[in-house]
Amino acid sequence: MLEIPREILDAVIEQAQQGFPLEVCGLMGGAGNRVASRYPMTNTDASNEHFMMDPKEQFAAVKAMRAADEEMLVIYHSHPESPARPSQEDIRLALTPNVCHLIVSLENREEPVAKAFRIAAGVVEAVDIETI
Amino acid sequence: MNLTVNGKPATIAEETPVSLTYLLEALNVEQREYVTVELNGDIMDRGDFEGTTVKDGDTVEFLYFMGGGR
Repeated sequence: MLEIPREILDAVIEQAQQGFPLEVCGLMGGAGNRVASRYPMTNTDASNEHFMMDPKEQFAAVKAMRAADEEMLVIYHSHPESPARPSQEDIRLALTPNVCHLIVSLENREEPVAKAFRIAAGVVEAVDIETI
Repeated sequence: MNLTVNGKPATIAEETPVSLTYLLEALNVEQREYVTVELNGDIMDRGDFEGTTVKDGDTVEFLYFMGGGR
């Protein structure tokens, strides 16, 4: 179970809509299974099919989380035209341990779908999202 | 040598400076080919890992590559 404040999930969906047709990405920090902060990141690939985070922004976000006594809980990105499920590339590049991967699908832009997963050693496990 | 790694104190047995490549091995960092490293506030080029030395008191941050595709 991943608890995400409604305003943070809404902001992620808004970021995805604003960034469409490109993929957008970011991080969420928090404690336990409760998200408390969001860090939108630049997709340095600026692509409709791929994302890559800016390392400088990644380091800054992690330090900010640490200063707030938070840890990285979620890596998120959007799928502008495909479902909210990890692609083979998402699975292969899920390298950071102990985080959830949240994907926002805009396959139907009128009804965005957000789903979360744990991915470890190529194994994908769905994680329920509870908005709080 | 005493270091700060990802915000926490860390000690490795070596007293003299070591390469960044060696340090990642000493810290048992897995999948090192996908790691981005910041040394004392500067992001290091992967090609410079072997030639970059880490010394007592240095601050090291490392993160895994974060990316994907549809």
